[in-house]
Amino acid sequence: MSTLKQWSASPPSLLGPERRTVIGCAALLGVLLVLAVVGLCRGDTWDTPVEALSALAGQGESAVVVQEWRLPRVTAALAFGALLGCAGAVFQNLTRNALGSPDVIGLDAGAYTGALVAITVLAGTSAQLAVSSVIGGLAAAAVILALSVRSGINGIRLIVIGIAVNAMLTAVNSWIVLRAELDVAFAAAGWSAGSLNGIGWDDLTLPLFVAVALVALLMGVSRAMHQTALGDDLAVTSGVSLGRHRLLTITAGVGCTAIVTAVAGPIVFIALAAPQIGRRVTGAAGVPLVPSALTGAALLIAADLIAQTLIAPIALPVGVVTTAIGGLYLLWLLIKEVNRP
Amino acid sequence: MTARLTAQDISLAYGDRTVATHLTLTVPDRAFTAIVGANASGKSTLLRAFVRLLKPTAGTVSFDGRDVTAYKPKAIAREIGFLPQELTTPDNLLVRQLVTRGRFPHRSALSVGTAEDERAVREAMASAGVSELTDRPVAQLSGGQRQRVWVAMVLAQETPYLLLDEPTTFLDLAHQYQLLSLLAELRDRGRTVIAVLHDINQACRFADHLVAMKDGRVFAQGAPADIVDAPLIEEVLGLPNVVVPDPVTGTPMVVPVT
Repeated sequence: MSTLKQWSASPPSLLGPERRTVIGCAALLGVLLVLAVVGLCRGDTWDTPVEALSALAGQGESAVVVQEWRLPRVTAALAFGALLGCAGAVFQNLTRNALGSPDVIGLDAGAYTGALVAITVLAGTSAQLAVSSVIGGLAAAAVILALSVRSGINGIRLIVIGIAVNAMLTAVNSWIVLRAELDVAFAAAGWSAGSLNGIGWDDLTLPLFVAVALVALLMGVSRAMHQTALGDDLAVTSGVSLGRHRLLTITAGVGCTAIVTAVAGPIVFIALAAPQIGRRVTGAAGVPLVPSALTGAALLIAADLIAQTLIAPIALPVGVVTTAIGGLYLLWLLIKEVNRP
Repeated sequence: MTARLTAQDISLAYGDRTVATHLTLTVPDRAFTAIVGANASGKSTLLRAFVRLLKPTAGTVSFDGRDVTAYKPKAIAREIGFLPQELTTPDNLLVRQLVTRGRFPHRSALSVGTAEDERAVREAMASAGVSELTDRPVAQLSGGQRQRVWVAMVLAQETPYLLLDEPTTFLDLAHQYQLLSLLAELRDRGRTVIAVLHDINQACRFADHLVAMKDGRVFAQGAPADIVDAPLIEEVLGLPNVVVPDPVTGTPMVVPVT
């Protein structure tokens, strides 16, 4: 009894995270670690977790397979999933709408247009792909924002315009592929659904560096992002520099989407669903970044495992799996949104 | 009368629609100022200019002699706090988390909470009488409780100036008086309170300084007892009335004649 009193003598901190959020994040982390180990075991013949983990340390006959083939793929799934989750959280915060996700409003498609231009017109190096994807994504964002400037950044109008822009850009992308040389078109088409097939360390070096920079930027804007969730007026009067903040978050969000698209093509659904699943699992307020990133990573690696095993030995592009699941989710979300009073 | 916050010859407009021209107002320091007027008299618009939400098309709003828009956003947000009329509450947000967001202008982007933040949050919740609600989700509170939590959030900002846009609008009568008493208490403890109020009798009872607006101009200002009479109220609010002493406080009380 006396120890209980001592405990209550120093009141719990008011500033710390909520217990449920911490537990939820730990659970998500656990899930994605398990999925990562499964990813390392998965092959035409499966390894046991012990074999896979000792292969990571360079032991056993599957060391090369695990280190050079499976590990980069698992790393890509985790990193790209986390980036897509963050991109979704950023734009859902910005638009204050669960539909305001980069894959729905055409930023993925815009980034993919940029990537296609890099392949068909330029030499298609890794750096060119990255830069032109970001430019494509930013250009799409600029068009959407310009068209919805009168109704404001957080209206359903922005989403509708985004969906239209997405449709147009998807058509443009198909046209570019049809007009391209046969070998380029073949490569681009296999990639247009979003795929992690055949990904190696060479493909990942630059994106991972950029990802670190983007995560740093997101950490910097995170608090202002949550402040802005209290409404634009209150954000301004409590010290958020709204114009600068929006520029930084849009850049970070487009960067996250574009860098994934540059390497893997447009993988839809993750950015749309991860923030909403993440915030429900963790009970966190608003649309928080960390649960979105963890959920995104878990979703993408799970989808990639399904894509690899569903009709094995043929590996599907992961985007086919996310599109199939995401289509149903999007339908449900649209119905819910339309019925909202 | 000392004053740190002033509007000097400002014109205010929403797009093409001009709301006020050549408006000059000095808000007395450490007093409770109530801004009253009919709908569309420009009272909320004036408040928005004070808190940098509306940039005057001419003239300047200044704090300590310096244009409010020339300050760094966080620096001016440590001096002037604002509670808007329309409030957005994110899902799942707990009371303590909302109040902590009042500390935003005192924290850098990456800092963790300090003991100073902790103290400010605790005091703000105690002042607003919401300490018991610490771990409750804001969205589940009653209207009166929720408004007090939002007030606690602005209090945690620890600004000498506190501006509120019709803070009593969504409250029942008992909670309206509770909130106004809280604002008067804050004034007693040295804060400058400026509120747009729509109830003239509440304004007369609680405010030290009354600003009566009409058609985007300051029609009259001063202590309620000095300026409020039937002709003024008829002019400003368009309501035939008699003014009698409030039986409880002796301040002017407006009784409509219809």
